[in-house]
Amino acid sequence: MNIVVCVKQVPDTATERKLRSDDKTLDRDAADGVINELCEYAVEEALLLKEAHGGEVTVLTMGPDKASDTIRKALAMGADKAVHLVDDALHGSDALGTSYALAQTLRKIGFDLVVLGSESTDARTGVLAAMLAERLDVPQLTFAKKVEVNSKSITIERVTDYGYDRVEASLPAVVSVVEKINEPRYPSFKGIMAAKKKPVEKLGVADAEIDASQVGLANSWSEVADFAAAPPRAAGTIVKDEGDGGVKTADFLASKKFV
Amino acid sequence: MSEILVLVEHVEGQVKKVTLELLTLARKLGTPSAVWAGPGYSPDAKARLAEYGAEKIYLADSADISDYVVAPKAELLAQLVSEKSPAAVLVAATAEAKEIAGRLAIKIDSGVLTDVVGLQDGLVADQSIFGGGVNVQSRVTKGTPIVAVRPNSTPVEAAAGAGAEEQVSVTVSAAAKGARVVDRVKEEKGARPELTEAAIVVSGGRGVGSAENFSIIEKLADSLGAAVGASRAATDAGWYPHQFQVGQTGKTVSPQLYIAAGISGAIQHRAGMQTAKTIIAINKDPEAPIFELADFGVVGDLHQVVPQLTDEVVKRK
Repeated sequence: MNIVVCVKQVPDTATERKLRSDDKTLDRDAADGVINELCEYAVEEALLLKEAHGGEVTVLTMGPDKASDTIRKALAMGADKAVHLVDDALHGSDALGTSYALAQTLRKIGFDLVVLGSESTDARTGVLAAMLAERLDVPQLTFAKKVEVNSKSITIERVTDYGYDRVEASLPAVVSVVEKINEPRYPSFKGIMAAKKKPVEKLGVADAEIDASQVGLANSWSEVADFAAAPPRAAGTIVKDEGDGGVKTADFLASKKFV
Repeated sequence: MSEILVLVEHVEGQVKKVTLELLTLARKLGTPSAVWAGPGYSPDAKARLAEYGAEKIYLADSADISDYVVAPKAELLAQLVSEKSPAAVLVAATAEAKEIAGRLAIKIDSGVLTDVVGLQDGLVADQSIFGGGVNVQSRVTKGTPIVAVRPNSTPVEAAAGAGAEEQVSVTVSAAAKGARVVDRVKEEKGARPELTEAAIVVSGGRGVGSAENFSIIEKLADSLGAAVGASRAATDAGWYPHQFQVGQTGKTVSPQLYIAAGISGAIQHRAGMQTAKTIIAINKDPEAPIFELADFGVVGDLHQVVPQLTDEVVKRK
């Protein structure tokens, strides 16, 4: 099975995340770039599926040069090779542009299964997997907490508000995973060393047959008109429990008409 | 006034509160038309939609619509956009409705904005990003704006609409039937409101200490008619089911009142609750970052404070 796992480099949540004042896109220099957490679960799931069914795991990322760190991380976990879609023309693409660029690349490199994390910690739109399924015209198996593959068919448990849906489809397909699905492995020393020798193919917009008029900030379908740091919340009242903390909290609730 | 399509969120035939919020919001932008997708429509549902201003109700209530993942609903909306030329499409910012919005955006070549917390004139959308650290105004620049609005961001207001029903005939394409729902498994959640929709959320974290002790959190939630949430520390420890996790890798909630008990308030958690209107924190550690967000905080042991609070709430009802 030819599995492509899409990963994204995101600003570390633990550092300060900012937008750039010039073009209102993510300031990638302000924060450390790390692999998006849910992408680690996607890589793990891809590796588990490969271990069970054979095949190959290819990492695909779209991002600037420094996103190669994220590729190495996925390769160190055990992925076989990588494709890095990198081109200045892609800078500032919104979800529609990104999904288009990734879909074109996926068509070019081929796949039986595409695996993604269900959401990134920076944009948090949660739409990319659905958009890829739409663009690639393959079944959408998203928000999976369990994935089972049997030769040509695939079944997942899709997390819902009430529990989960069992969903069936045939391959090829797009799967997105939630963190409940597995426990991502840590790269071993051997894995880290091996990752340095694994092939990483860099593709530009033209290589992937991406129409440049469909990607990039200027061609996005939406724009950030303005932004500002959120005003800090007004300092609250903090009391020490002297045996009446519950009563005092109830008083506060009453003052706000919650009780 | 221009027509605004509102995709109805419903469960077991009941219209969910977020839909009433969307109808309220849509009335400020134009004339709301509700879109009912899937089975379960009833006169009750019609009454509810009309009460909150739906002038029209487009009905596509065949089982086909909901028996396949997401794609049929995107097809339905795409068909309606092409037939009715609305000024905008509003959906709830739930996991599934955002996916519908995403697929619709591609079908109709239009921009989509997700997790919107307010809409101003000219469809300028307010979003809160980076865990609540940055406020953004954004807008769609191509096509028919598709906007996914976060539950609890608009106070509901009734204003009667005609509620004129119009049956929509949809043929779900073969392509949209790729992922078939073969079983729906309902997991126990009791009578509590749904986490992302609840006006009040009571969450427990590491300080709760065990799965059994979550009953303390549940009792407080029940006294307030609230939903129960949990921090990642609590769900990772297996004390509470994963689907109740609030935070960056879990649910984002924006309730009127959020009570955090035994939660330190790491950025990963704050990303999921920072837009709550009022925040109460109960934690043993006076240095816990959650107190920086709290409108009211108690430095103390939740095992003492929470049961006392529950008793007081019950008493004062």
